[in-house]
Amino acid sequence: MKAIEVTRLRKHYGEVEAVRDVSFDVAAGEVFGFLGPNGAGKTTTINMLCTLAAPTSGSATVGGFDVVTHRDDVRHNIGLVFQDPTVDGYLTGEQNLRLHAGLYGMDRDVIPARIRQVLDMVELWDRRTAKVFSYSGGMRRRLEIARGLMHTPRVLFLDEPTIGLDPQTRRTIWSYISALQEAAGITVFMTTHYMEEAELCDRVAIMDRGEIVALDTPAALKASVGVDHLDDVFIHYTGSAIRDGVADPVGAANQALMRAMQRGRK
Amino acid sequence: MTRAVRIIWLRDLIRFVGDPTRIMAWLIQPLLFLFVLGTGLQTLSSRSTHGVRLTTFMFPGVVCMVLVYSAMFSAASVVWDRELGFLRELLIAPISRSSIVVGKCLGGTTIAASQGLIVLALAGLVHVPYSPILLLAVFGLQVLVAFAITGFGVMVATTIKQAQTFTNVMQMLVIPMLFLSGALYPISNLPAWLGVLSRLNPLTYAVDPMRRLVFDRLNVSVSARHALSPGVSWWGWHVPVLLEISMIAVLGVVSIAVADHKFARPD
Repeated sequence: MKAIEVTRLRKHYGEVEAVRDVSFDVAAGEVFGFLGPNGAGKTTTINMLCTLAAPTSGSATVGGFDVVTHRDDVRHNIGLVFQDPTVDGYLTGEQNLRLHAGLYGMDRDVIPARIRQVLDMVELWDRRTAKVFSYSGGMRRRLEIARGLMHTPRVLFLDEPTIGLDPQTRRTIWSYISALQEAAGITVFMTTHYMEEAELCDRVAIMDRGEIVALDTPAALKASVGVDHLDDVFIHYTGSAIRDGVADPVGAANQALMRAMQRGRK
Repeated sequence: MTRAVRIIWLRDLIRFVGDPTRIMAWLIQPLLFLFVLGTGLQTLSSRSTHGVRLTTFMFPGVVCMVLVYSAMFSAASVVWDRELGFLRELLIAPISRSSIVVGKCLGGTTIAASQGLIVLALAGLVHVPYSPILLLAVFGLQVLVAFAITGFGVMVATTIKQAQTFTNVMQMLVIPMLFLSGALYPISNLPAWLGVLSRLNPLTYAVDPMRRLVFDRLNVSVSARHALSPGVSWWGWHVPVLLEISMIAVLGVVSIAVADHKFARPD
């Protein structure tokens, strides 16, 4: 059983081809890393998988449901954690979860126990009656993860779930991801710019200029390029120029310097 | 659809009830309009109101002012939801986009109409009789006006994506709408160009039926009635109350339809 099946997916915005003929599968229970430089088409692909954008051509199923013809079935079966916050700061943590349960039409009887379960998991049960405005950035992200899991989705989409968080929180979030996969068999589809996180994925796809340029386990990718770090695999496939539309030689040089410094630290 | 509408409506109420500062402002605002603005203006106007207290005259106008501010504030939350990200949670949920628009409008209507109730409770203090029929009729109108104005605000909110721009646009719309509605002074004797604008102003057709209801219950001279609540006329034709009310209802329904159309457009 495939959690996600993507077949010849394309998305054009006018003349711009954001996603060009992409095909891949994600197995149920897999932690799938989706990497690529900014502007590679990752977000557009995720938006199509989450039914937020309609494909120009091609097809995709999530949890066995077609993203175009079975929009609401797909939505019931996915959880989403965006990189920008989407919780309501004027509500308490618990109210945010109740609201979510209502929007997803969850059975009233199961809601209190499920709230307890997901808040315990992200260690926010004690803060459930505090307004989200009083939460730190890490707490908000944990609440978003709890909310994404509230309606027991089969596939959890995480768009840079650890960006801007301290190492402690990042590690904690990864412990949730591993626990989820082991206990609930949830499929995790995540984007990240942290290569040490990509290492933890079962398989990694690298997207560039709207196409999947590499797809395999982290070990196999490193072996095929003949390098020790996933950073180098990434650069091997996507080049070293910064992508702000036009390649920027100064930026590229800075990036190379940063990489050298990072390697030196390791 | 109804489940989602209820949830979105409920969220607005929970947010409102959970915000003591906003409730405080919500309680004080009608008092300010009625007793500070009204009493202040009264010092100027004893002759031109034919013996009617200005605060009594302004009472239905203040009801409308309160409704407009409250409804616009609720509509602004659509823009804030977009800016603060919460809208994505709604857009990705397995609900129709129409239910978001309708839920938002009902939430705004509920809050605005309950604020209108505070003004109604103050009626006696400005010598408007506590007649059950009058209060019921005015309340019914309040609900309709609150619904129409929230719908109008939500329509504007679906067009304007930035919160700051929305606030500016709202001020630009709300102030002339209030000034030219007859809420604060009679519009029957305005210069021709302002008279035309006031007849184009939808709020005029909310203030007028409410004022007529109030004046029906007041014991005032014919000349006062004629000067202060003459009704609205189009080229000498007296616009009936039922038409005025229908126009308000149409404004609400059309606004929501436009908002829904703009909102439902997928990426």
